[in-house]
Amino acid sequence: MAKILVVTSGKGGVGKTTSTASLGAALAQSGQRVVVVDFDVGLRNLDLVMGAERRVVFDLINVVQGDAKLAQALIRDKRVDTLSLLPASQTRDKDALTEEGVAKVLAELREKFDWIICDSPAGIEKGATLAMYNADAAVVVTNPEVSSVRDSDRIIGLLDSKTKRAEKGERMEKHLLLTRYDTARAARGEMLKTDDVLEILSIPLLGIIPESEEVLRASNIGAPITLSNPASAAGRAYFDAAKRLRGEDIPMTVPVERRGLMGKLFGRRVA
Amino acid sequence: MSLLNFLSRRRSAPVARERLQILLAHERAVHGHRDLVAILQEEILAVIAKHMAIEREKVQVKLDRGKSTSTLEIDIEMPDLAQAAAAARH
Ligand SMILES: Nc1ncnc2c1ncn2[C@@H]1O[C@H](COP(=O)(O)OP(=O)(O)O)[C@@H](O)[C@H]1O
Ligand SMILES: [Mg+2]
Repeated sequence: MAKILVVTSGKGGVGKTTSTASLGAALAQSGQRVVVVDFDVGLRNLDLVMGAERRVVFDLINVVQGDAKLAQALIRDKRVDTLSLLPASQTRDKDALTEEGVAKVLAELREKFDWIICDSPAGIEKGATLAMYNADAAVVVTNPEVSSVRDSDRIIGLLDSKTKRAEKGERMEKHLLLTRYDTARAARGEMLKTDDVLEILSIPLLGIIPESEEVLRASNIGAPITLSNPASAAGRAYFDAAKRLRGEDIPMTVPVERRGLMGKLFGRRVA
Repeated sequence: MSLLNFLSRRRSAPVARERLQILLAHERAVHGHRDLVAILQEEILAVIAKHMAIEREKVQVKLDRGKSTSTLEIDIEMPDLAQAAAAARH
């Protein structure tokens, strides 16, 4: 059965789009049929992070409004053939998305894919609630920092009240993805620790993604990090998180960068 | 800067944690009972499970928030009583 996953956070800039692309690619790399859907109408970025910005012809709103067929709007990834992207519109305003329209498109996607991963816009307004409404599970992306934790708490409250599952009295599966984590700073007491965030938000941990220059490099070249640098610390962390999403029991670690001979000689990767 | 001052300046995370705990306790009360439905479902299940075997899906809890009144609907589908009691005893 297809699963709809929303990647959400409340706060902007915490790593939702990066995580949607990386988790989506990691799942597709393991043979699962995945579509990543950009719900950030007007501020689309998922196409850029996925390296598909020049292939966008139609978008989610065109499909919702019946101006294009779903098959015309879906962009198949050139590197992993089980991975597709449904882009958001850059020009239209977000009121063009309706609850019924979105539900219809998602139902159609359910027929074709194992995973439908929805990249939520920031905020707690309509855009974010539309992205989460039909979800079966949520990945709450949080940075170890006060405002991000507070906004995540707010989003968890919405997941438990403003979704179809909540309305039906069913339980919404929620996962915490801690991103931009700096182990050294957490150990020095300069940054909230994983346990602090877990205790405050009390939802299960899906993974810890270290702060890494490799993530920036991946978005510069338009490739999810699990494709561009699968052996990097962040790449491995995303692979582990994707396995946990599939129900595998993987020990929780914060991967660290392995340095090869070149890395040791030059101190950093030559980009 | 004294050593103590230096150390307490660096360990700001415990302060962050405490501030968040206080703030969120307040905000959760304002924005509604987070997870109330989930908590109720778990606790009702636990109470029933003490006396008989019951599947998780058989307990449905639904909360309808209205402007002036809210209703809580609890739907429990009971298993065959004799069978379930026997299963729980073993
Ligand atoms: N683990 C990480 N390490 C370093 N930079 C990161 C990491 N995750 C995300 N970023 C960077 O943070 C910025 C915001 O990320 P993005 O995924 O666009 O967030 P959001 O979609 O939540 O607004 C981007 O520049 C991205 O490259
Ligand atoms: Mg984004």
